[in-house]
Amino acid sequence: MSEKELGKKWDRCLADSAIKLGTGLGLGIVFSVLFFKRHTWPISFGSGVGLGMAYANCQNDLRSHYLQKIAASE
Amino acid sequence: MLRACLRGANATARNNFGKTRLTNLQHCRHYTAGETSGGGAAKVVAAGLVTVGGGIGGTILYAKWDNKFRAAVENNVPYSDWLLGLALGPPSPKSGLPIKKQKELAQPPSMMDKQTNVSKAKSEKKVKEAAESPASEMSPVPIQPAQSIEEASAEATHIISAISEVTSVPAPCDTEGAAVKAVSASLEESLTSSAKATLQAIGAQEAALQAITRHTLKLKEAMEAEVPPQEKSAQWKDLEAALADRTGAVNDAETALSKANEALDSLKSVIDKSKGLKVSAVRPLVLAAEENLHNMVVDLDKVVTKVHSAESEAKIVSQYSELVNEAKQQFQREVSSLTPEIQANWKGLTGKLSSDDLNALIAHAHRRIDQLNRELAEQRVREQIHIDAALEQQKLEDQKALEKAVSTALQHIKEEARLEQERKLSELREVMEAEMRTQLRRQAAAHTDHVRDVLKVQEQELRVDAEQVLSSKMLEQETRYRQLSQEQLDNFTLDMNTAYARLKGMEEAIDSHVVAEEEARKAHQLWLSVEALNYTLKTANADIPTVPLEGAAQAVRDSCHDSDFALALSSALPEESLHRGVYSEASLRARFNSLRSLARRVALIDESHNSLYQYFLSYLQAALLFEEKQEAPPAQLCSEDLDPFKLLSYASYCLEHGDLELAAKLVNQLRGEARRVVEDWLTEARLTLETRQVVSLLSAYANAVGLGTTQAP
Repeated sequence: MSEKELGKKWDRCLADSAIKLGTGLGLGIVFSVLFFKRHTWPISFGSGVGLGMAYANCQNDLRSHYLQKIAASE
Repeated sequence: MLRACLRGANATARNNFGKTRLTNLQHCRHYTAGETSGGGAAKVVAAGLVTVGGGIGGTILYAKWDNKFRAAVENNVPYSDWLLGLALGPPSPKSGLPIKKQKELAQPPSMMDKQTNVSKAKSEKKVKEAAESPASEMSPVPIQPAQSIEEASAEATHIISAISEVTSVPAPCDTEGAAVKAVSASLEESLTSSAKATLQAIGAQEAALQAITRHTLKLKEAMEAEVPPQEKSAQWKDLEAALADRTGAVNDAETALSKANEALDSLKSVIDKSKGLKVSAVRPLVLAAEENLHNMVVDLDKVVTKVHSAESEAKIVSQYSELVNEAKQQFQREVSSLTPEIQANWKGLTGKLSSDDLNALIAHAHRRIDQLNRELAEQRVREQIHIDAALEQQKLEDQKALEKAVSTALQHIKEEARLEQERKLSELREVMEAEMRTQLRRQAAAHTDHVRDVLKVQEQELRVDAEQVLSSKMLEQETRYRQLSQEQLDNFTLDMNTAYARLKGMEEAIDSHVVAEEEARKAHQLWLSVEALNYTLKTANADIPTVPLEGAAQAVRDSCHDSDFALALSSALPEESLHRGVYSEASLRARFNSLRSLARRVALIDESHNSLYQYFLSYLQAALLFEEKQEAPPAQLCSEDLDPFKLLSYASYCLEHGDLELAAKLVNQLRGEARRVVEDWLTEARLTLETRQVVSLLSAYANAVGLGTTQAP
């Protein structure tokens, strides 16, 4: 059903963002702990990265319908 | 479906319950019915058996009492004669016809003859025993009276045969048999007793005769024999013994004779009594008895005469012996008077007598001689006179004896003649009877012949008459039969023709009806299939599409092969509905309600505005904007009405009011992401609308066709 698509998208988005954020955070923490002497900036960097990626992915996913695909058009 | 399930459950429950109740009832009924029916049946059976048994028992008892009833039952009911014979024995002879009685009456003489032959042996033995006893009495007697023994035995056998002839069995005839039996029994008794008595008497007489003769002989011997004196005394003793014997025998003979006479008298009386009964069957018996009686009397008389003659002889001899004795005694007295010391037996005294005695004796002897000479001269003189006197006496006595003999002989002869006459009479009677019987038989034969001839003639006549009548009746019947059959045939052909005509009419009517009905049937079928299709549309539940309409559509297609319109319509059904089914309006409505919020949320998103920020803004807008839940759409849409929120409220309103079409149209105006979101809903709505349109068209068409074919009453 077409109405469920949006919901699915949002689910994916959230899941993705959660993962990415988590991963970023995790990685930031790791890097912060391991390499950057417990500075907070890798953490925030990592979480930012993660968030940004998640945002971008989400947006892309939501937009995907409106993109003209070359394979489909041909 | 729930209702259907409930119904089904109820039905099954009811069925089970009903079945159990039925089976219980059946069981109960079976038990109770069994009990009541068993008891009732047993009672009925018992009653029936009792009735049948009582009927049979009563029939048997009555048949035992009344022989006519028995004969009737035996004639009418098969196997009843076997049953009655088993229960009662063979039918009694009393039920026989009187002819049988006469036959039985005719039998007595033959039966009597047979039975006399049979009983002869028995009675012979009996009487032989009786005869042997007197014979044994006679056996110790010396040889001389052998002749008389033979005579006696001959007489005995004569009597035996007479008795055996007479000891006949009484006649078997019922009515006269008793009297005859009694008579013959009495006759037999008296005959036997008289025969016994006679035999005894004869035997006694014989014995007496013998004793007399013996005595006489002995006396003669004693008189004349010159035996020595010792033996003389023995002789005299013998003589005395013989005399005693003779007297005893004579007495016995007298008593026996008297007894015999008594017995004969009784026999005579019995014979007279039986003669007085005047029964024909008794006559031969009586005759025989009389003969026997006569014979016995004759024998007795003979014997008595013999005895008398012997007695008379004995008397003479005894007289002579007396005279001699007297003379001897006289002489003895004279001698003793002369010589008193001499004994009587002077012959042995030759040496003892003296001369005086001798002289005296001689003188006495001389004197005696003189006396005797004188007596002799006297006697010679009176000889003739004496002789004449004696002759006279003898003549008298002879006359008497002759008379007696003559009288007895006459009696006997008379008796014999009478018996002979009676015998001849009976014989003649028998002969007459036989002749009469033959004549009667001849007459009967003649009668039967005549009757037979007459019957034959009558039979002929009757047969001719009967045949005539029969032939006339047969002719009549034939003609009537032919008439009737002809009538029947005509009626039948008439009926057949009418029936055929009607049949033809009916067939035509039926054919026209068939055609019309065919049309109607087709229309109805079409209508039914369309209704089925319509109904399948209703099978959609919430969120579940209907069943695939393929079957129903196929049914519709099948039921409308000759209508292009219907065919076209049925083929116009969308594929999706056929294979998957369509959603109901209610489900679409529900779905729309959930869709509406979503569509509101993505109202700002379209191809150009579809970033996440836009999404956020759109969501914000949706949260902050409030519109009417339902708003009546205007007749014409203007550009302002193309706002998604407005459109959605219009669509809601339409849906709430059952106008799916308009709602779909309105929803169709959505653009962008909202449109994308409601795309599926829209297709579904379109499908449903299409299907419904086709189905309504089809049903309208079917109704029209059905109405067309329906005939007004």
